[in-house]
Amino acid sequence: MHNSSFTLLKKSSLPGPDDITRRVLENGITLLVRPNFNTLSVSVSGYLMAGSLYEPLQKMGLADFVSSTLMRGTETHSFQEIYSGLESIGASLGFSGGTHTAGFSGKSLGTDLEILIGSIGEVLRQPTFPADHVERVRSQLLTALDLRAQNTGEMASLAFDEIVYEGHPYQYPNEGMPDTVSAITRQDLIAFHRRHYGPKDMVIAVAGAVEPERAFQSVAKALGDWDNPEQPAVKTVPPAPALEKTTSRHYTIPDKSQTDIVLGAAGPSRSSPDFYPAKIGNSVLGQFGMMGRIGEAVRKNAGLAYYAYSSLSSSMGPGPWTVSAGVDPEDTERVIQLIVDELERFLSHPVPEEEFADSQSSYIGKLPLALESNAGVAGSLLNIERYQLGLDYFHRYEDMIREITPRDAHRVANTYLNLHHLAIATAGP
Amino acid sequence: MSDQPLLEEIQPIQLENGLQVMLKEIHTAPLISHWVWYRVGSRDEIPGKTGISHWVEHMLFKGTPRFPAEEVERDISRTGGLWNALTYLDWTTFFQTMPADTIDLALELEADRMVNSVFDPTEVARERTVVISERQGRENSPGFQLKEALRAAAFRVHPYHHEIIGDMADLKTMQRDDLYEHYRTYYRPNNALVAVAGDFQTESMLAKIKALYGDLPPGEETPRHSRPEPPQKGEHRLSVEGPGETTIVEVAYHTPPAADPDFFPLLIMDSLLSGPTGLNLFGGGGISNKTSRLYMKMVEEDVAVDIHGGLPATIDPFLYSLHFIVHPRASVDEALVVLDQEIARIQDTPPVEDELNRAIKQARALFAYGSESITNQAFWLGFAEMFADYEWVRSYINRLASVTPEDIQRVATEYLRPQNRIIATYIPNGIGTPRNA
Repeated sequence: MHNSSFTLLKKSSLPGPDDITRRVLENGITLLVRPNFNTLSVSVSGYLMAGSLYEPLQKMGLADFVSSTLMRGTETHSFQEIYSGLESIGASLGFSGGTHTAGFSGKSLGTDLEILIGSIGEVLRQPTFPADHVERVRSQLLTALDLRAQNTGEMASLAFDEIVYEGHPYQYPNEGMPDTVSAITRQDLIAFHRRHYGPKDMVIAVAGAVEPERAFQSVAKALGDWDNPEQPAVKTVPPAPALEKTTSRHYTIPDKSQTDIVLGAAGPSRSSPDFYPAKIGNSVLGQFGMMGRIGEAVRKNAGLAYYAYSSLSSSMGPGPWTVSAGVDPEDTERVIQLIVDELERFLSHPVPEEEFADSQSSYIGKLPLALESNAGVAGSLLNIERYQLGLDYFHRYEDMIREITPRDAHRVANTYLNLHHLAIATAGP
Repeated sequence: MSDQPLLEEIQPIQLENGLQVMLKEIHTAPLISHWVWYRVGSRDEIPGKTGISHWVEHMLFKGTPRFPAEEVERDISRTGGLWNALTYLDWTTFFQTMPADTIDLALELEADRMVNSVFDPTEVARERTVVISERQGRENSPGFQLKEALRAAAFRVHPYHHEIIGDMADLKTMQRDDLYEHYRTYYRPNNALVAVAGDFQTESMLAKIKALYGDLPPGEETPRHSRPEPPQKGEHRLSVEGPGETTIVEVAYHTPPAADPDFFPLLIMDSLLSGPTGLNLFGGGGISNKTSRLYMKMVEEDVAVDIHGGLPATIDPFLYSLHFIVHPRASVDEALVVLDQEIARIQDTPPVEDELNRAIKQARALFAYGSESITNQAFWLGFAEMFADYEWVRSYINRLASVTPEDIQRVATEYLRPQNRIIATYIPNGIGTPRNA
């Protein structure tokens, strides 16, 4: 039965060099387009190098504040006019702040692409940050921080970052802290936008019911003459600092029924050759089936959690490699021990061939589903450009995954995870 | 591709044992999405056994003699397929979206676990603590606590009064035989529907389904509880207190079921008041609500930080809910005054045609976005059959388009009355103040 469920990718149905068009505008914007006329819609995603790495510590949350306020008014349109133009045609558009980049993502019917890209160009180039809207957005951001302070999962993640990334830019949350967000002025927003928003190193991906030439014309019209000589060079981040010993930290949040656990260390960056061996290893550890070995130990065999899994983030720097679980507060220590026991097994011996092959197959089989929607394709095109994966990435994908051996994964896991140098963060009552 | 992919007719098929089958070929990607629906949910539960439908759903992942849990989990997962299950008020459903050439495994698994699930006592005991943990996780959220209290106040008689996850008291006391009896009562072909969409040929897919299910005995007609909720005779107000700094309000009005003709004017009314929501369960994305009437008045005038509305499609009369976070510098009463002004406006003056046309265009766009997902397409095949029929989905856009401004004014007047609503407020006690940098 196992072999009957083995799937081989049909490369012809995956995006590749024959149907992805890539073009770089004179001002530095890279555009990738993949048409799909089986759908009526079009998805547009993109990013600029304007994430929280570029903000001063005392203004933590500034980059996120800027991206949240871009659509609040421009030199030519008010907030209501911008949203009315999009919502009345059933389109959507949103901006979000990350650590390295500010990102955007939008969707419309294919016939309305010019309106969507026109809005993107306008809010990126001419935002006015109206004072009343700045205060309104500030209230929303501060409310989100209040809610974060009550969320055991998010607070455990915050504590984890503080342990693992002490002194590193990844220590600090993109959303900032209440006092830093309160301290940001309208002038800060204007100055950050003026300096960091520009076409250099910007990437846009378009997928859906549109011919590439039409997408190019539309982007060229909206953004082709954009220029910003002030834009600084792209920032990179150093490796994560080494933890001297296993370190635990607990955030007390009163009156909660469940404690969240986040345990682990810094992992490889998305561009590292270690990334895919770590990713397949992570699948065995806490993803495959009902959450891998961690899910089997904590949920299935012990019945101690509804969710217990591991994850390895895709980041331009050393992103977190974590095991997470939500547990009855009384079971916290017991579950941490179960997780550490599984980590010990995972780090002591390479994964048996057959178990490893299951995770490889799963990774390969997931690809068509991830690329089913236009938004999925647009997001993947951005990754191809961000991590320089090559337009033939999806065609090489299956071979690349199959070449990884259990010994590769074992070596890589032991490079990043060490039982004596773990961060163990918890948040709950 | 058709402009309205959902308008294509689907021939419903019924096997002799009562099993309903809905099939839709879609050849845009080498994927198939397969769903099995059961007409059972928290609506079928009595006090003492609340949460039993959801727990039974969990137990179906514990294996059968032919498909031991670990093997089937492994075999599906290694294809990269998406698989899960959902329990709702009126229904329970299990689904797999997989590479087309591997779907037989899912078909065989579902037919088998409809009748051969084991309910091993050790596994029941392990799953008890898993479900309790799931409930504890939800209890951490102020929104869950508010919703649970609101539902209990809205439904004194009807079983919509309790949360789908169930009450903690029942999760601690229900026994293996209770679960097994519930399973045997509701999991049978004459209470089920199989829906498949994707890259297959109808004839051969139907032959497979007949071969797998055709010999299963139908069993007796399944009981469905029906204790209608008496009309509410005055506004209910309640509060839930807990940690945090954020005041949250949920206002809910009793509304008719999805099959009622008034449901469609209510959907458009919701779109005007709080923004468009579609039927997409799997991706497709949404449309923002920044130009909806309540957002413009409540958020843009700083009495709320955010607002959303929702009108779930149900078998029995349920609730139209408006959920908002109160602005830190405003009071609950100030926010409710603005809300009531907007409700009075839609009751006093019919909306203009342009506003309606916009809502229709948004609904069309949401359908187009959702159609990109084979999983959504298969979901729609079975979903509407649980409270109406597939015609409900097929005619969805046309029925929205036939709503008149006067219809909206009428349903707003009829249903959005203070006597017909419950106002639930989460009052933060200030404990757990967020820390600074």
